[in-house]
Amino acid sequence: MELTSATTVTRPPEEVYAFWRQLDRLPTFMAHLDEVRATDARRSHWKASAPFGQSVEWDAETTEDVPGQRIAWRSFDGADVPNAGAVRFVPAPGGRGTEVHVTLSYELPGGALGKAAAKYFGEEPSQQLDDDLRRFKQVMETGEVIRSDGAPRGKQAREEFPQHPARPLTDEELKEVLA
Amino acid sequence: MKANCWISPNKVEVTDVPDPAILNSRDAIVKITATAICGSDLHLLDGYVPTMQKGDVMGHEFMGEVVEVGHGVDGDKLRVGDRVVVPFPIGCGACFACQNQLWSCCENTNPNAGMAEKMFGHPVAGIYGYSHLTGGFAGGQAEYARVVLADVNPLKIESDLTDEQVLFLSDILPTGYMGAEMCEITDGDVVAVWGAGPVGQFAMDSARVLGAAKVIAIDDVPYRLEMAASQGYETIDYSDTDVRSALLELTGGRGPDKCIDAVGMEATHGAAHVQLYDRAKQAVRSETDRPHALRQAITSCRSGGIVSVIGVYGGFIDKFPAGSWMNRALTLKTGQCHVQRYMRPLLERIERREIDPTRVITHRLPLAEAPHGYDVFKHKQEGCEKVVLTP
Repeated sequence: MELTSATTVTRPPEEVYAFWRQLDRLPTFMAHLDEVRATDARRSHWKASAPFGQSVEWDAETTEDVPGQRIAWRSFDGADVPNAGAVRFVPAPGGRGTEVHVTLSYELPGGALGKAAAKYFGEEPSQQLDDDLRRFKQVMETGEVIRSDGAPRGKQAREEFPQHPARPLTDEELKEVLA
Repeated sequence: MKANCWISPNKVEVTDVPDPAILNSRDAIVKITATAICGSDLHLLDGYVPTMQKGDVMGHEFMGEVVEVGHGVDGDKLRVGDRVVVPFPIGCGACFACQNQLWSCCENTNPNAGMAEKMFGHPVAGIYGYSHLTGGFAGGQAEYARVVLADVNPLKIESDLTDEQVLFLSDILPTGYMGAEMCEITDGDVVAVWGAGPVGQFAMDSARVLGAAKVIAIDDVPYRLEMAASQGYETIDYSDTDVRSALLELTGGRGPDKCIDAVGMEATHGAAHVQLYDRAKQAVRSETDRPHALRQAITSCRSGGIVSVIGVYGGFIDKFPAGSWMNRALTLKTGQCHVQRYMRPLLERIERREIDPTRVITHRLPLAEAPHGYDVFKHKQEGCEKVVLTP
Protein backbone atom coordinates (compact mmCIF):
# COMPACT_ATOMS: atom_id res chain seq x y z
CA MET A 1 0.00 0.00 0.00
CA GLU A 2 1.42 3.36 -1.00
CA LEU A 3 0.31 6.67 0.50
CA THR A 4 1.23 10.10 -0.75
CA SER A 5 0.43 13.56 0.52
CA ALA A 6 1.81 17.07 0.29
CA THR A 7 1.59 20.34 2.14
CA THR A 8 3.25 23.75 1.90
CA VAL A 9 4.88 25.35 4.93
CA THR A 10 5.77 29.06 5.06
CA ARG A 11 9.35 28.36 6.16
CA PRO A 12 12.57 27.85 4.17
CA PRO A 13 13.49 24.30 3.04
CA GLU A 14 16.56 24.12 5.30
CA GLU A 15 14.45 24.79 8.40
CA VAL A 16 11.68 22.37 7.42
CA TYR A 17 14.23 19.67 6.57
CA ALA A 18 16.05 20.22 9.87
CA PHE A 19 12.86 19.74 11.85
CA TRP A 20 11.96 16.50 10.06
CA ARG A 21 15.54 15.23 10.33
CA GLN A 22 15.10 15.10 14.12
CA LEU A 23 13.21 11.82 13.86
CA ASP A 24 12.24 11.83 17.54
CA ARG A 25 9.92 14.77 16.78
CA LEU A 26 7.82 12.82 14.27
CA PRO A 27 5.46 11.42 16.96
CA THR A 28 4.41 14.96 17.93
CA PHE A 29 2.38 15.18 14.73
CA MET A 30 2.14 11.65 13.26
CA ALA A 31 -0.89 10.02 14.85
CA HIS A 32 0.18 6.37 14.71
CA LEU A 33 3.75 6.86 15.95
CA ASP A 34 4.43 6.53 19.67
CA GLU A 35 8.19 6.88 19.58
CA VAL A 36 11.10 7.21 17.17
CA ARG A 37 14.64 7.04 18.52
CA ALA A 38 17.86 7.50 16.55
CA THR A 39 20.18 4.64 17.52
CA ASP A 40 23.13 5.89 15.49
CA ALA A 41 23.72 8.26 12.58
CA ARG A 42 21.78 6.11 10.09
CA ARG A 43 19.68 3.79 12.22
CA SER A 44 16.53 4.38 14.17
CA HIS A 45 14.04 2.43 16.27
CA TRP A 46 10.33 3.03 15.59
CA LYS A 47 7.33 2.21 17.78
CA ALA A 48 3.79 2.60 16.46
CA SER A 49 0.37 1.92 17.86
CA ALA A 50 -1.52 -0.82 16.09
CA PRO A 51 -5.20 -1.75 16.25
CA PHE A 52 -6.66 -3.19 19.46
CA GLY A 53 -4.16 -1.44 21.69
CA GLN A 54 -1.22 -3.43 20.37
CA SER A 55 2.01 -1.86 19.31
CA VAL A 56 4.46 -2.64 16.53
CA GLU A 57 8.19 -1.96 16.69
CA TRP A 58 10.86 -2.06 14.04
CA ASP A 59 14.30 -0.80 13.16
CA ALA A 60 14.90 1.34 10.14
CA GLU A 61 17.84 2.77 8.28
CA THR A 62 18.14 6.13 6.61
CA THR A 63 18.79 5.38 2.96
CA GLU A 64 19.08 8.94 1.70
CA ASP A 65 19.81 12.21 3.43
CA VAL A 66 20.35 15.29 1.29
CA PRO A 67 20.25 18.36 3.59
CA GLY A 68 17.48 20.76 2.70
CA GLN A 69 16.14 18.44 -0.01
CA ARG A 70 15.34 14.86 0.79
CA ILE A 71 15.19 12.19 3.48
CA ALA A 72 14.34 8.52 2.84
CA TRP A 73 14.23 5.50 5.11
CA ARG A 74 13.18 1.85 5.10
CA SER A 75 12.70 -0.84 7.68
CA PHE A 76 15.26 -3.62 8.07
CA ASP A 77 14.40 -7.16 6.98
CA GLY A 78 12.25 -8.93 9.50
CA ALA A 79 9.91 -6.07 10.40
CA ASP A 80 6.33 -7.23 11.08
CA VAL A 81 5.06 -4.64 8.60
CA PRO A 82 7.89 -3.89 6.17
CA ASN A 83 7.72 -0.21 5.32
CA ALA A 84 9.58 2.65 3.69
CA GLY A 85 9.16 6.38 3.40
CA ALA A 86 10.57 9.43 1.70
CA VAL A 87 10.11 13.18 2.11
CA ARG A 88 11.09 15.74 -0.50
CA PHE A 89 11.49 19.41 0.43
CA VAL A 90 10.99 21.66 -2.60
CA PRO A 91 11.07 25.47 -2.60
CA ALA A 92 7.51 26.67 -3.34
CA PRO A 93 7.17 29.20 -6.17
CA GLY A 94 7.01 32.90 -5.39
CA GLY A 95 8.77 32.60 -2.06
CA ARG A 96 5.81 30.79 -0.52
CA GLY A 97 7.97 28.51 1.59
CA THR A 98 8.55 24.81 1.19
CA GLU A 99 6.49 22.09 -0.46
CA VAL A 100 6.70 18.91 1.62
CA HIS A 101 5.98 15.80 -0.45
CA VAL A 102 5.69 12.56 1.52
CA THR A 103 5.47 8.98 0.27
CA LEU A 104 4.95 6.07 2.66
CA SER A 105 4.71 2.44 1.60
CA TYR A 106 3.68 -0.56 3.65
CA GLU A 107 3.82 -4.22 2.72
CA LEU A 108 0.72 -5.43 4.45
CA PRO A 109 1.07 -9.03 5.58
CA GLY A 110 -1.62 -11.63 5.06
CA GLY A 111 -3.65 -13.07 7.93
CA ALA A 112 -5.17 -11.33 10.91
CA LEU A 113 -2.50 -8.66 11.27
CA GLY A 114 -2.83 -7.60 7.64
CA LYS A 115 -6.60 -7.41 7.92
CA ALA A 116 -6.41 -5.43 11.11
CA ALA A 117 -3.89 -3.03 9.56
CA ALA A 118 -6.05 -2.54 6.47
CA LYS A 119 -9.03 -1.82 8.70
CA TYR A 120 -6.97 0.60 10.74
CA PHE A 121 -6.15 2.65 7.65
CA GLY A 122 -9.82 2.55 6.69
CA GLU A 123 -11.44 3.37 3.39
CA GLU A 124 -9.34 6.45 2.89
CA PRO A 125 -5.84 5.49 3.93
CA SER A 126 -4.36 8.80 2.77
CA GLN A 127 -6.58 10.75 5.19
CA GLN A 128 -4.36 9.86 8.12
CA LEU A 129 -1.24 11.02 6.29
CA ASP A 130 -3.06 14.21 5.17
CA ASP A 131 -3.92 14.90 8.81
CA ASP A 132 -0.34 14.12 9.91
CA LEU A 133 0.98 16.70 7.45
CA ARG A 134 -1.61 19.26 8.53
CA ARG A 135 -0.32 18.90 12.09
CA PHE A 136 3.29 19.06 10.88
CA LYS A 137 2.40 22.40 9.24
CA GLN A 138 0.72 23.59 12.49
CA VAL A 139 3.83 22.75 14.49
CA MET A 140 6.15 24.46 11.98
CA GLU A 141 4.00 27.58 11.60
CA THR A 142 2.37 28.06 15.03
CA GLY A 143 4.62 26.05 17.35
CA GLU A 144 2.22 23.28 18.35
CA VAL A 145 -0.75 21.12 17.38
CA ILE A 146 -3.94 23.16 17.86
CA ARG A 147 -6.46 21.62 20.24
CA SER A 148 -10.16 22.39 20.48
CA ASP A 149 -12.76 21.35 23.04
CA GLY A 150 -14.22 19.01 20.42
CA ALA A 151 -10.81 17.54 19.53
CA PRO A 152 -8.78 18.14 22.69
CA ARG A 153 -6.25 15.36 22.16
CA GLY A 154 -4.40 17.13 19.38
CA LYS A 155 -2.97 14.45 17.16
CA GLN A 156 -5.48 11.77 18.06
CA ALA A 157 -8.37 13.90 16.73
CA ARG A 158 -9.28 11.35 14.07
CA GLU A 159 -10.24 8.75 16.64
CA GLU A 160 -12.76 10.97 18.36
CA PHE A 161 -15.93 10.86 16.24
CA PRO A 162 -18.45 11.66 17.53
CA GLN A 163 -16.36 14.26 19.29
CA HIS A 164 -16.31 15.64 22.78
CA PRO A 165 -18.92 18.43 22.82
CA ALA A 166 -17.58 21.92 22.10
CA ARG A 167 -17.66 22.82 25.80
CA PRO A 168 -14.77 23.09 28.26
CA LEU A 169 -13.38 19.85 29.65
CA THR A 170 -13.86 18.69 33.21
CA ASP A 171 -10.75 18.49 35.42
CA GLU A 172 -10.61 14.70 34.94
CA GLU A 173 -10.93 15.00 31.14
CA LEU A 174 -8.28 17.69 31.12
CA LYS A 175 -5.86 15.54 33.12
CA GLU A 176 -6.39 12.68 30.70
CA VAL A 177 -5.89 14.62 27.46
CA LEU A 178 -2.87 16.53 28.70
CA ALA A 179 -1.24 13.41 30.15
CA MET B 1 -19.70 28.51 34.89
CA LYS B 2 -22.98 29.21 33.06
CA ALA B 3 -23.04 28.79 29.28
CA ASN B 4 -25.68 28.77 26.57
CA CYS B 5 -25.55 25.29 25.02
CA TRP B 6 -27.08 23.72 21.92
CA ILE B 7 -29.29 20.82 22.98
CA SER B 8 -31.21 19.75 19.88
CA PRO B 9 -32.67 21.47 16.81
CA ASN B 10 -34.36 24.70 17.92
CA LYS B 11 -33.41 24.19 21.56
CA VAL B 12 -30.68 25.98 23.48
CA GLU B 13 -30.34 25.97 27.25
CA VAL B 14 -28.25 27.88 29.78
CA THR B 15 -26.53 25.22 31.89
CA ASP B 16 -23.55 24.70 34.16
CA VAL B 17 -20.41 23.60 32.34
CA PRO B 18 -16.77 23.38 33.47
CA ASP B 19 -14.69 26.58 33.39
CA PRO B 20 -12.37 26.72 30.38
CA ALA B 21 -8.68 25.93 30.84
CA ILE B 22 -5.50 26.52 28.86
CA LEU B 23 -5.11 23.73 26.27
CA ASN B 24 -2.39 25.24 24.07
CA SER B 25 0.52 27.38 25.29
CA ARG B 26 -0.62 30.48 23.39
CA ASP B 27 -4.21 30.35 24.80
CA ALA B 28 -5.78 32.98 27.01
CA ILE B 29 -8.88 32.80 29.19
CA VAL B 30 -11.25 35.76 28.87
CA LYS B 31 -13.88 36.73 31.45
CA ILE B 32 -16.75 37.73 29.20
CA THR B 33 -18.36 41.12 29.77
CA ALA B 34 -20.61 41.21 26.68
CA THR B 35 -21.65 38.72 24.01
CA ALA B 36 -24.26 38.68 21.27
CA ILE B 37 -26.52 36.42 19.25
CA CYS B 38 -25.68 36.44 15.55
CA GLY B 39 -27.95 35.73 12.59
CA SER B 40 -25.65 32.85 11.71
CA ASP B 41 -26.32 31.34 15.16
CA LEU B 42 -29.85 30.78 13.86
CA HIS B 43 -28.47 28.49 11.12
CA LEU B 44 -26.90 26.43 13.92
CA LEU B 45 -29.94 26.61 16.16
CA ASP B 46 -32.23 24.89 13.68
CA GLY B 47 -29.61 22.39 12.55
CA TYR B 48 -29.11 23.66 8.97
CA VAL B 49 -25.37 23.78 9.54
CA PRO B 50 -24.39 20.14 10.16
CA THR B 51 -22.12 18.71 12.88
CA MET B 52 -23.64 20.37 15.94
CA GLN B 53 -23.51 18.16 19.03
CA LYS B 54 -25.54 18.19 22.20
CA GLY B 55 -23.77 20.37 24.77
CA ASP B 56 -21.86 22.59 22.32
CA VAL B 57 -21.41 26.09 23.79
CA MET B 58 -22.83 28.67 21.33
CA GLY B 59 -21.59 32.13 20.45
CA HIS B 60 -18.88 33.70 18.33
CA GLU B 61 -19.35 37.40 19.17
CA PHE B 62 -17.78 38.19 22.53
CA MET B 63 -15.44 40.45 24.44
CA GLY B 64 -14.08 40.73 27.93
CA GLU B 65 -11.08 40.88 30.21
CA VAL B 66 -8.06 38.59 29.98
CA VAL B 67 -7.78 36.69 33.28
CA GLU B 68 -5.15 34.07 32.38
CA VAL B 69 -2.55 33.57 29.65
CA GLY B 70 -0.60 30.49 28.59
CA HIS B 71 3.19 30.48 28.93
CA GLY B 72 3.61 30.83 25.17
CA VAL B 73 1.68 34.10 24.86
CA ASP B 74 3.89 37.02 23.81
CA GLY B 75 3.68 39.43 26.76
CA ASP B 76 4.25 42.43 24.49
CA LYS B 77 1.00 41.59 22.71
CA LEU B 78 -1.34 40.49 25.48
CA ARG B 79 -1.39 40.47 29.28
CA VAL B 80 -3.73 39.62 32.12
CA GLY B 81 -6.05 42.58 32.67
CA ASP B 82 -6.23 43.60 29.00
CA ARG B 83 -9.70 44.42 27.67
CA VAL B 84 -10.21 42.66 24.35
CA VAL B 85 -12.67 42.02 21.54
CA VAL B 86 -12.24 38.54 20.07
CA PRO B 87 -12.64 38.03 16.29
CA PHE B 88 -14.84 35.06 15.41
CA PRO B 89 -12.48 33.31 12.96
CA ILE B 90 -9.32 31.98 14.61
CA GLY B 91 -6.21 32.95 12.66
CA CYS B 92 -2.59 31.90 13.12
CA GLY B 93 -0.93 34.87 11.42
CA ALA B 94 1.73 32.58 9.97
CA CYS B 95 0.20 30.57 7.10
CA PHE B 96 -0.17 31.78 3.52
CA ALA B 97 -3.84 32.69 4.04
CA CYS B 98 -3.25 34.79 7.18
CA GLN B 99 -0.17 36.45 5.67
CA ASN B 100 -2.40 37.48 2.79
CA GLN B 101 -5.11 38.80 5.15
CA LEU B 102 -7.48 35.88 4.41
CA TRP B 103 -7.91 35.16 8.12
CA SER B 104 -11.17 33.20 7.88
CA CYS B 105 -9.37 30.75 5.57
CA CYS B 106 -6.52 30.12 8.05
CA GLU B 107 -4.84 26.82 7.21
CA ASN B 108 -3.86 25.91 10.76
CA THR B 109 -6.62 26.53 13.28
CA ASN B 110 -9.26 23.93 12.43
CA PRO B 111 -8.52 20.61 14.15
CA ASN B 112 -11.35 19.12 12.07
CA ALA B 113 -9.88 20.34 8.80
CA GLY B 114 -10.32 16.88 7.28
CA MET B 115 -14.08 17.13 7.82
CA ALA B 116 -14.30 20.64 6.37
CA GLU B 117 -12.18 19.59 3.41
CA LYS B 118 -14.70 16.91 2.46
CA MET B 119 -17.51 19.45 2.57
CA PHE B 120 -15.76 22.40 0.93
CA GLY B 121 -12.81 20.98 -1.05
CA HIS B 122 -10.35 22.85 1.13
CA PRO B 123 -10.62 23.49 4.88
CA VAL B 124 -11.57 26.76 6.59
CA ALA B 125 -10.40 28.39 9.81
CA GLY B 126 -11.57 27.39 13.26
CA ILE B 127 -14.52 29.46 14.55
CA TYR B 128 -15.76 29.73 18.15
CA GLY B 129 -19.12 28.14 18.90
CA TYR B 130 -19.82 27.32 15.29
CA SER B 131 -20.21 23.54 14.88
CA HIS B 132 -17.56 20.84 14.70
CA LEU B 133 -17.02 21.51 11.00
CA THR B 134 -15.15 24.66 12.05
CA GLY B 135 -13.17 22.95 14.77
CA GLY B 136 -15.42 22.22 17.74
CA PHE B 137 -14.34 25.28 19.76
CA ALA B 138 -16.56 26.26 22.70
CA GLY B 139 -18.26 29.60 22.08
CA GLY B 140 -18.60 32.85 23.97
CA GLN B 141 -22.22 32.89 25.14
CA ALA B 142 -20.80 32.03 28.54
CA GLU B 143 -19.09 33.57 31.55
CA TYR B 144 -15.60 32.65 30.33
CA ALA B 145 -14.03 31.53 27.08
CA ARG B 146 -10.74 30.06 25.96
CA VAL B 147 -9.16 32.21 23.24
CA VAL B 148 -6.74 30.44 20.90
CA LEU B 149 -3.46 31.99 19.63
CA ALA B 150 -4.27 34.90 21.89
CA ASP B 151 -1.23 36.97 20.95
CA VAL B 152 -2.40 37.12 17.33
CA ASN B 153 -6.18 37.43 17.33
CA PRO B 154 -7.85 39.67 19.95
CA LEU B 155 -8.05 43.44 19.56
CA LYS B 156 -7.07 45.37 22.70
CA ILE B 157 -9.42 48.21 23.57
CA GLU B 158 -7.45 50.95 25.28
CA SER B 159 -9.93 53.81 25.03
CA ASP B 160 -13.03 54.37 27.16
CA LEU B 161 -15.52 53.22 24.51
CA THR B 162 -18.33 51.13 26.00
CA ASP B 163 -18.71 47.38 25.42
CA GLU B 164 -21.73 48.04 23.22
CA GLN B 165 -19.69 50.38 21.01
CA VAL B 166 -16.94 47.83 20.31
CA LEU B 167 -18.53 44.38 20.77
CA PHE B 168 -19.64 44.12 17.13
CA LEU B 169 -16.04 44.44 15.93
CA SER B 170 -16.00 40.67 16.66
CA ASP B 171 -18.12 39.89 13.61
CA ILE B 172 -21.10 41.81 12.25
CA LEU B 173 -19.55 45.25 11.75
CA PRO B 174 -16.49 43.94 9.86
CA THR B 175 -18.73 41.48 8.00
CA GLY B 176 -21.04 44.25 6.80
CA TYR B 177 -18.06 46.45 6.00
CA MET B 178 -16.34 43.71 3.99
CA GLY B 179 -19.58 43.25 2.05
CA ALA B 180 -19.46 46.90 1.04
CA GLU B 181 -15.70 46.95 0.47
CA MET B 182 -15.95 44.00 -1.95
CA CYS B 183 -18.32 46.20 -3.99
CA GLU B 184 -15.42 48.46 -4.95
CA ILE B 185 -17.77 51.43 -4.72
CA THR B 186 -17.06 54.30 -7.09
CA ASP B 187 -18.64 57.72 -7.53
CA GLY B 188 -22.36 57.50 -8.33
CA ASP B 189 -22.78 53.83 -7.41
CA VAL B 190 -26.19 52.62 -6.25
CA VAL B 191 -25.84 49.74 -3.80
CA ALA B 192 -28.73 47.38 -3.05
CA VAL B 193 -28.60 45.26 0.09
CA TRP B 194 -30.72 42.12 0.49
CA GLY B 195 -31.44 41.61 4.19
CA ALA B 196 -31.95 44.42 6.71
CA GLY B 197 -30.78 42.40 9.68
CA PRO B 198 -27.80 43.66 11.70
CA VAL B 199 -25.18 42.67 9.08
CA GLY B 200 -27.29 44.20 6.30
CA GLN B 201 -27.64 47.44 8.31
CA PHE B 202 -23.84 47.63 8.74
CA ALA B 203 -23.33 46.84 5.04
CA MET B 204 -25.59 49.83 4.29
CA ASP B 205 -23.73 52.12 6.72
CA SER B 206 -20.42 50.97 5.24
CA ALA B 207 -21.61 51.49 1.65
CA ARG B 208 -22.52 55.06 2.57
CA VAL B 209 -19.20 55.66 4.33
CA LEU B 210 -17.41 54.27 1.25
CA GLY B 211 -19.19 56.74 -1.01
CA ALA B 212 -22.34 55.12 -2.41
CA ALA B 213 -24.70 57.65 -4.01
CA LYS B 214 -27.78 55.70 -2.95
CA VAL B 215 -28.35 52.69 -0.71
CA ILE B 216 -31.42 50.45 -1.04
CA ALA B 217 -32.60 47.95 1.61
CA ILE B 218 -34.66 44.88 0.60
CA ASP B 219 -36.50 42.86 3.25
CA ASP B 220 -40.02 41.88 4.29
CA VAL B 221 -39.86 42.74 8.00
CA PRO B 222 -41.46 46.16 8.48
CA TYR B 223 -39.49 47.22 11.56
CA ARG B 224 -36.20 46.31 9.90
CA LEU B 225 -37.07 48.34 6.82
CA GLU B 226 -38.07 51.22 9.11
CA MET B 227 -34.69 50.99 10.81
CA ALA B 228 -33.00 51.31 7.39
CA ALA B 229 -35.33 54.14 6.35
CA SER B 230 -34.51 56.03 9.56
CA GLN B 231 -30.89 56.19 8.35
CA GLY B 232 -31.95 57.67 5.04
CA TYR B 233 -31.82 54.50 2.94
CA GLU B 234 -34.45 53.62 0.31
CA THR B 235 -36.48 50.50 1.13
CA ILE B 236 -38.27 47.76 -0.80
CA ASP B 237 -40.65 45.35 0.94
CA TYR B 238 -40.52 42.21 -1.20
CA SER B 239 -43.70 40.84 0.37
CA ASP B 240 -45.82 43.43 -1.46
CA THR B 241 -43.55 44.84 -4.14
CA ASP B 242 -41.92 43.40 -7.27
CA VAL B 243 -38.26 43.83 -6.43
CA ARG B 244 -36.99 44.00 -10.02
CA SER B 245 -39.40 46.75 -11.04
CA ALA B 246 -38.79 48.70 -7.86
CA LEU B 247 -35.01 48.51 -8.34
CA LEU B 248 -35.32 49.64 -11.97
CA GLU B 249 -37.48 52.55 -10.87
CA LEU B 250 -35.00 53.56 -8.14
CA THR B 251 -32.05 53.41 -10.57
CA GLY B 252 -33.50 55.01 -13.68
CA GLY B 253 -33.73 51.62 -15.37
CA ARG B 254 -30.02 50.79 -14.90
CA GLY B 255 -30.27 48.33 -12.03
CA PRO B 256 -28.08 48.66 -8.94
CA ASP B 257 -24.36 48.86 -9.72
CA LYS B 258 -23.48 46.73 -6.75
CA CYS B 259 -25.59 44.15 -4.90
CA ILE B 260 -24.96 42.69 -1.45
CA ASP B 261 -26.53 39.40 -0.29
CA ALA B 262 -26.74 39.75 3.50
CA VAL B 263 -29.28 36.93 3.81
CA GLY B 264 -27.69 33.59 2.96
CA MET B 265 -28.93 30.05 3.13
CA GLU B 266 -32.33 30.47 4.77
CA ALA B 267 -33.84 33.12 2.53
CA THR B 268 -37.58 33.31 2.11
CA HIS B 269 -39.30 34.26 -1.10
CA GLY B 270 -42.34 36.44 -1.76
CA ALA B 271 -43.76 33.96 -4.28
CA ALA B 272 -45.09 30.96 -2.39
CA HIS B 273 -44.38 28.42 -5.15
CA VAL B 274 -40.69 29.37 -5.37
CA GLN B 275 -40.36 29.27 -1.60
CA LEU B 276 -42.06 25.87 -1.53
CA TYR B 277 -39.81 24.50 -4.30
CA ASP B 278 -36.61 25.31 -2.44
CA ARG B 279 -37.98 24.42 1.00
CA ALA B 280 -39.02 20.99 -0.35
CA LYS B 281 -35.62 20.39 -1.96
CA GLN B 282 -33.97 21.38 1.30
CA ALA B 283 -36.20 19.05 3.30
CA VAL B 284 -35.21 16.03 1.19
CA ARG B 285 -31.58 17.13 1.21
CA SER B 286 -31.33 17.56 -2.55
CA GLU B 287 -30.39 21.17 -1.83
CA THR B 288 -28.99 22.38 1.47
CA ASP B 289 -29.43 26.14 1.06
CA ARG B 290 -32.26 28.35 -0.21
CA PRO B 291 -30.67 30.96 -2.48
CA HIS B 292 -33.54 33.33 -3.29
CA ALA B 293 -31.67 36.46 -2.29
CA LEU B 294 -28.57 35.45 -4.24
CA ARG B 295 -30.56 34.64 -7.38
CA GLN B 296 -32.38 37.95 -7.21
CA ALA B 297 -29.18 39.90 -6.51
CA ILE B 298 -27.55 38.38 -9.60
CA THR B 299 -30.46 38.99 -11.97
CA SER B 300 -31.02 42.53 -10.59
CA CYS B 301 -27.43 43.76 -10.79
CA ARG B 302 -26.54 45.97 -13.77
CA SER B 303 -24.28 44.40 -16.40
CA GLY B 304 -20.64 44.49 -15.37
CA GLY B 305 -21.58 45.04 -11.73
CA ILE B 306 -20.44 43.26 -8.57
CA VAL B 307 -22.48 40.88 -6.43
CA SER B 308 -21.00 40.65 -2.94
CA VAL B 309 -22.09 37.71 -0.79
CA ILE B 310 -21.74 37.93 2.99
CA GLY B 311 -24.86 35.95 3.93
CA VAL B 312 -23.80 32.48 5.03
CA TYR B 313 -24.10 29.44 2.77
CA GLY B 314 -23.31 25.97 4.03
CA GLY B 315 -23.60 23.54 1.19
CA PHE B 316 -25.24 23.35 -2.20
CA ILE B 317 -27.79 25.43 -4.06
CA ASP B 318 -30.08 24.77 -6.98
CA LYS B 319 -30.96 26.97 -9.97
CA PHE B 320 -27.92 29.21 -9.84
CA PRO B 321 -28.49 31.81 -12.60
CA ALA B 322 -25.20 31.11 -14.35
CA GLY B 323 -26.44 32.53 -17.65
CA SER B 324 -27.19 35.92 -16.16
CA TRP B 325 -23.91 35.94 -14.29
CA MET B 326 -21.78 34.95 -17.27
CA ASN B 327 -23.43 36.78 -20.15
CA ARG B 328 -23.69 40.05 -18.24
CA ALA B 329 -20.09 40.11 -17.06
CA LEU B 330 -20.92 40.10 -13.36
CA THR B 331 -18.28 39.63 -10.69
CA LEU B 332 -19.20 37.49 -7.71
CA LYS B 333 -17.17 38.16 -4.55
CA THR B 334 -17.58 36.51 -1.19
CA GLY B 335 -16.04 35.15 2.00
CA GLN B 336 -16.54 34.68 5.69
CA CYS B 337 -15.23 37.94 7.05
CA HIS B 338 -11.47 38.30 7.54
CA VAL B 339 -12.25 40.14 10.77
CA GLN B 340 -8.65 40.69 11.90
CA ARG B 341 -8.07 42.75 8.72
CA TYR B 342 -10.82 45.24 9.63
CA MET B 343 -10.89 45.51 13.44
CA ARG B 344 -8.42 48.34 13.91
CA PRO B 345 -9.55 50.56 11.00
CA LEU B 346 -13.18 50.11 12.05
CA LEU B 347 -12.34 50.86 15.70
CA GLU B 348 -10.93 54.15 14.40
CA ARG B 349 -14.12 54.84 12.44
CA ILE B 350 -16.13 54.21 15.65
CA GLU B 351 -13.84 56.57 17.57
CA ARG B 352 -14.33 59.19 14.86
CA ARG B 353 -18.12 58.66 15.14
CA GLU B 354 -18.41 57.73 11.45
CA ILE B 355 -20.29 54.54 12.32
CA ASP B 356 -22.42 53.96 15.42
CA PRO B 357 -22.66 50.19 15.94
CA THR B 358 -25.04 50.56 18.89
CA ARG B 359 -27.88 51.66 16.63
CA VAL B 360 -28.90 48.05 15.86
CA ILE B 361 -29.24 46.93 19.51
CA THR B 362 -32.88 46.33 20.43
CA HIS B 363 -32.52 43.78 23.24
CA ARG B 364 -30.25 43.73 26.27
CA LEU B 365 -30.67 40.51 28.25
CA PRO B 366 -28.82 38.63 30.97
CA LEU B 367 -27.05 35.49 29.72
CA ALA B 368 -29.62 33.40 31.59
CA GLU B 369 -32.28 34.64 29.17
CA ALA B 370 -30.34 33.63 26.03
CA PRO B 371 -32.99 31.09 24.93
CA HIS B 372 -35.62 33.86 24.97
CA GLY B 373 -33.23 36.03 22.96
CA TYR B 374 -32.90 33.29 20.33
CA ASP B 375 -36.65 32.92 20.23
CA VAL B 376 -37.53 36.57 19.60
CA PHE B 377 -34.60 36.99 17.18
CA LYS B 378 -35.56 33.91 15.15
CA HIS B 379 -39.26 34.77 14.97
CA LYS B 380 -38.66 38.51 14.56
CA GLN B 381 -40.85 39.32 17.55
CA GLU B 382 -40.72 42.34 19.84
CA GLY B 383 -39.03 44.30 17.06
CA CYS B 384 -35.89 42.25 17.61
CA GLU B 385 -32.88 43.30 15.54
CA LYS B 386 -29.88 42.52 17.75
CA VAL B 387 -29.59 40.85 21.16
CA VAL B 388 -26.69 41.65 23.49
CA LEU B 389 -26.21 39.31 26.45
CA THR B 390 -24.34 40.07 29.65
CA PRO B 391 -23.11 37.24 31.88
